[in-house]
Amino acid sequence: MARTVVPIGPYHPLQEEPEFFTLTVEGETVVDIDVRVGYNHRGIEKLSERKTFDQSTFVIERICGICSTSHPFAYTRAVEDVIPMEVPERAKYIRTIIAEGERIHSHLLWAGLAGHFLGYNTVYMWVWKLREEILDAMEILSGNRNNYAMFKPGGVRRDIKAEDIPPVLKKIDSIVPTLEMLKKAILDDPVLHARTKGIGIFSKEDAINFSALGPTSRASGVARDVRKDSPYGVYDQVEWDMIVTENGDVFDKVVLRVLEVFESIKIMKHCLTNLPAGEIDAKITSIPPGEGIGHIEAPRGETFHYVRSDGTNRPVRHKVRAPTFMNLPTYKATVVGETISDATIILAAIDPCYCCTERVAVRTTKGRKLFSGQDLIRLSQEKTERLRKDMGV
Amino acid sequence: MDFKLRALLKSPWVFHLSTGSCNNCDIEILDCLTPRFDIERFGMVLAGSIKHADVLLVTGSCNRQSVERLKRLYEQMPKPCLVVAIGECSLSRGMFIHSYNCPKPLDKIIPVDVYIPGCPPKPEAIIAGVVKLIEKVGGTT
Amino acid sequence: MTSQGLTREGVLKDLEERFRDCIVEVFDKSPKRVFIEVKPEPLVRMANYLFKDLGARFNIASGLDTRSHIEILYHFTIEDLNLLISLRVKLDREHPAIDSLAPSFEAANWIEREMHELLGIDFNGHPDLRRLLLPDQWPEGVFPLRQDYEEWDPEAIRDRGV
Repeated sequence: MARTVVPIGPYHPLQEEPEFFTLTVEGETVVDIDVRVGYNHRGIEKLSERKTFDQSTFVIERICGICSTSHPFAYTRAVEDVIPMEVPERAKYIRTIIAEGERIHSHLLWAGLAGHFLGYNTVYMWVWKLREEILDAMEILSGNRNNYAMFKPGGVRRDIKAEDIPPVLKKIDSIVPTLEMLKKAILDDPVLHARTKGIGIFSKEDAINFSALGPTSRASGVARDVRKDSPYGVYDQVEWDMIVTENGDVFDKVVLRVLEVFESIKIMKHCLTNLPAGEIDAKITSIPPGEGIGHIEAPRGETFHYVRSDGTNRPVRHKVRAPTFMNLPTYKATVVGETISDATIILAAIDPCYCCTERVAVRTTKGRKLFSGQDLIRLSQEKTERLRKDMGV
Repeated sequence: MDFKLRALLKSPWVFHLSTGSCNNCDIEILDCLTPRFDIERFGMVLAGSIKHADVLLVTGSCNRQSVERLKRLYEQMPKPCLVVAIGECSLSRGMFIHSYNCPKPLDKIIPVDVYIPGCPPKPEAIIAGVVKLIEKVGGTT
Repeated sequence: MTSQGLTREGVLKDLEERFRDCIVEVFDKSPKRVFIEVKPEPLVRMANYLFKDLGARFNIASGLDTRSHIEILYHFTIEDLNLLISLRVKLDREHPAIDSLAPSFEAANWIEREMHELLGIDFNGHPDLRRLLLPDQWPEGVFPLRQDYEEWDPEAIRDRGV
């Protein structure tokens, strides 16, 4: 049967990050996928070498907008690991609050995009409206909706005022009823089940072989989370559950992220109500020569930073590894063998943060172009409509 | 200004392009479409293809790989058209000015009509910027 | 305790005995961090032992250019012990080359492509050493992460024009 090539990207209107995916299809089935990255590569590791340790945090935040806390968090932990030292208690609580707030807004953002790909545009608009409440809460705490600039080696830069905590708690509580409704809608909707169950299955062996991270591997039964395995912040002092599912398909990934939002709300409220008094900054004056590693659990998986210092105030080497770098190659195992109308939702299911990976694209082999990226989303939405009609819903 | 351009801006179709950004600006642009800010009440809609677009919104620090596509897309865009640079990275590359992969700022590659600073600019700032553009072109300022 | 019932000390002693002639130096930095310097030739064997037999997860590899040699650090995590083991290899700066880990596990595939194009390290036996990050028009033989990298593009604008 003739092979045709379907390029998706690089400027897909809904997936706002540029990437180029190329699917090689035979009939309706995908037989190969190639990913071309490089559209976001800005050479941040080299830039880090010209900045001092505390100037670097501002550049590091802008590696990725959606996980703009996880990178400075891992970086400051890496710098503190060079010494090594621990930050004051109050700083740990504040760091945990900001990190969990980011996890909530990131998962809600993903839920909206996934809803759009599947044809549930109302879900997309509702969830993003809900997300605005969380962004307001973060603005009260840190002064900005994204790029909070709260982290520095040794602690946090700004304190949380006591009078800010009640309005933030109120905002968090206000989204819980709608989230409950969303959870129920997702778990009970038969069309969603038919559309996403059994699609894009990622087995446990593959998850280990690719060293997949975050929800991508937890959906396949690999019970690993940096917050439990190697606790940082105050994750070992709060009661919360790690969500793990067994099947590894797209439905599991959706359910896992929605349930993780509830856990994050629990952690955030606990930290806000039990914030201890004390210093927020350990006031580091110099970094001795040595190497340090910091790894934390970002919304997409483990973020890993490695810093080497030679005793001056600039790093000799700063290695950044975002979770999507390990999760992207897993497309070879999940998309191949599926149909093109399922391709977009499987591609979105690992929650690729292209700017973190600084790339993602699919290389075109030579072939005739059949569909554009817009067409693929339309195919995905049409499939949902068909299923809905077939099921008489 | 141009009569054609004034007519277009009654209901501008915007095409959004990211030339190597951290995506914060892109998400704030998408936020403008959501119910809280809702630029659709101004008639602005996100265009699916560059050939249907009147206004090009550009974010990102123009890295080498994206610049090729940027130039091609700009050529394909039906003229007259307007270019809006959103966020510090597209103004002058911001803190990526010394990056080995970002050689030139956006306005040395294509002509820019409106600059909206911020990192990222809030949706209110983006809407204010686009409204200023419409007023400027419509001749009411 | 790992699934085989080993403790942290047990794992380190086991590695030191099993690879006695491959290990150059062990730096036990803290309860969670160990840096082991090994010779380049037996690296694949050691990495395979850590990944397949001890069940460690491969985090990432980081290459760097000290001005005298090129170093690669391979980071593995044993989650059950909350231990991160980093294997360090030192390579010759003129012709850095080492055997690839990509045939052993998929997780090493992309990072070796990245180190190949940013630092100029050759990975023998890698199935697909294409460019990953850098654009097509980037010149061959120019490695951005090396300490002696210089601006090669005459058209680059590096000031703000004020």
